[in-house]
Amino acid sequence: QSLCVHLNYPLYIRSVPTQGELKFHYTVHTSLDVVEEKISGVGKALADQRELYLGLLYPTEDYKVYGYVTNSKVKFVIVVDSSNTSLRDNEIRSMFRKLHNSFTDVMCNPFYNPGDPIQSKAFDSIVSTMMVQAC
Amino acid sequence: MADDALFEFLHMEIVALVYKEQATREDIDKERVTCVSTLDAMGFRVGQGMIERFTKDCPTFKDDLDLMKFLCKDFWSTIFKKQIDNLRTNHQGTYVLQDNKFALLTQFSSGKQYLEEAPKYLAFSCGLIRGALSNLGLESVVTAEVSLMPSCKFMPNLKSLIN
Repeated sequence: QSLCVHLNYPLYIRSVPTQGELKFHYTVHTSLDVVEEKISGVGKALADQRELYLGLLYPTEDYKVYGYVTNSKVKFVIVVDSSNTSLRDNEIRSMFRKLHNSFTDVMCNPFYNPGDPIQSKAFDSIVSTMMVQAC
Repeated sequence: MADDALFEFLHMEIVALVYKEQATREDIDKERVTCVSTLDAMGFRVGQGMIERFTKDCPTFKDDLDLMKFLCKDFWSTIFKKQIDNLRTNHQGTYVLQDNKFALLTQFSSGKQYLEEAPKYLAFSCGLIRGALSNLGLESVVTAEVSLMPSCKFMPNLKSLIN
């Protein structure tokens, strides 16, 4: 399972378990294209662009990739095992909300320069809690 | 209630401090430009953070005009407790935001006496607008002018990054 905060280059990546991280990097990058496609479908005032990108098959496992875009064009991507069917839509939505709230706090921190990699411990701990809950 | 006054006083002190630090330089013209850019840069960073917080629960904006309207209504009211009084545009990226009673200028006397000093107090707010727009994906140059206190106009000139 992995999570990524993107501004067209990654600001933050975290995964559990930590082996196979490169695979997640790749998954996340390819999913960015789909996100771009979704947000340029203008004319709809949707609250957030959410994608359920099923069907990204790998030889060993299936993954589900979820995306979320803020008004400031920052993208959040979550990758979960398909075998983990206990995660429902609502839960994913609330995970993204928590992420967004946490990210807003990072943004408002005067010691943080927008565009830098995120090094906030508070952000780290929120992510850890979420990933533990989801697994 | 005291919140507004707190920020107004802080802002006045920030302007005074920035100018005092530059006063030791001999080159007057350069001093002015440096001070204005310092204040603008401060406003920029603040604008970025604030817009992130305020747009957290908003739907995505349909177009630039929608975005400017949000700036004039919600953003301005949250920061300065009132909306922008007048928004004009040439539909080609230039906008004029007119505030007839700008919160940071109300403490000045309304005559012509301090008209020359007024731009110093607008630099931070120009940066604020620029930072907000930049975080929403719009690069811009924001200028401001005062002709009659306490009313002033901010003029963002947009160059959209989205396309």
